[in-house]
Amino acid sequence: MSKSIKHHLTDDLLMAYAAGSLPEAFDLMVATHLSLCDHCRARAESYDAVGGHVLEEQTEAIAMSDKSLAATMALISKGAPASKPARPNCSVLPAPLQDYVGGTVSDIRWKPIGMGVKQAILPTTSEASARLLFIPAGTAVPDHSHNGIELTMVLQGAFSDEVDRFARGDVEIADEDLEHTPVADISEDCICLAVTDAPLKFTKLMPRLFQPFLRI
Amino acid sequence: NGRRETRTEWVDHVRRIRDAQDQAAFAELFQHFAPRIKAFLMKSGSDATMAEECAQEVMATLWHKAHLFDPARATVATWVFTIARNKRIDVLRKQRRPEPEELWWGPEAEPEQDDVIALQQETAQLRAALTALPDAQRELIEKAYFGDLSHREIASQTGLPLGTIKSRIRLALDRLRHAMN
Ligand SMILES: [Zn+2]
Ligand SMILES: [Zn+2]
Repeated sequence: MSKSIKHHLTDDLLMAYAAGSLPEAFDLMVATHLSLCDHCRARAESYDAVGGHVLEEQTEAIAMSDKSLAATMALISKGAPASKPARPNCSVLPAPLQDYVGGTVSDIRWKPIGMGVKQAILPTTSEASARLLFIPAGTAVPDHSHNGIELTMVLQGAFSDEVDRFARGDVEIADEDLEHTPVADISEDCICLAVTDAPLKFTKLMPRLFQPFLRI
Repeated sequence: NGRRETRTEWVDHVRRIRDAQDQAAFAELFQHFAPRIKAFLMKSGSDATMAEECAQEVMATLWHKAHLFDPARATVATWVFTIARNKRIDVLRKQRRPEPEELWWGPEAEPEQDDVIALQQETAQLRAALTALPDAQRELIEKAYFGDLSHREIASQTGLPLGTIKSRIRLALDRLRHAMN
């Protein structure tokens, strides 16, 4: 559990996660951050309490059919659904990400996208996309701005940009107003989870050519 | 206050299911929560048949996961809400929604009764504060939880009175981490 996380999720994201209205890629980002951050987990669970209130306060509760309790007992007697096998220890990927990668950090199927940067796109619904990024120590991600919202969370190493320095657990939230060039720390390769609800806009001509390969 | 007592009573119901597979306790929980889950799912866009089926599955999950319920972090209503919400998403996406790593107290770290009562009381206070909100804001919050608002539309809802309950949950998490180490 990292006590040193400085950059957290916003209230609107946490409330939307509790309400269940985020695209899958954003759910994955929030679940991954909460696995590392008790500060945000407590905030998210307090939004769950608001949901509990909404559930409880329903004035027109709708009657269940006569046989529903018996049907539920029959469902229960079939036994609990199989629980997931225990995950191996991974110092980089929290449990929700391990489920999407299908293993630990060594099982990530990286695809090179130029300049030593690699990515692995994770399978989610199409309203937003999620990918893991590998940025070699000391390397810059091309200068770009954003059409929509982009969340980047550090899993290993650190990067710095015009805003601040981001280390394990920190989330950078970028929107239309931010144009930036993240650079990985020189001491260690940087691995990030990035989710976005729109394609990135690269500022320079060269990186723009890469965009079809980036699929972001 | 009778209502508050009712809430702590649900905690004991879940414990009776966990410890003794108590079907009578389950039947009472079912009677209270299943119709509310069904109404919640129908307001979230489900048809009656699907909502009925999902409400049954949510209640069956409550039975099977009774050992994971932590009353120092959530009331039973909150916990049931999270199961129902996840069911709604899982049905839509046909796969499980990403959830944070589970932290549970296990037999040796059962929460202190004082912590349980404090959380249940904080939640009652939160509920009272929410009930006192102006109608327009209450309706917006309901819309958000029925899945009718995107996260961008939710941005204006951050004035919710969550302060004390948030600190209480944080305290419970700290103690849990301490017990686990
Ligand atoms: Zn956080
Ligand atoms: Zn960016």
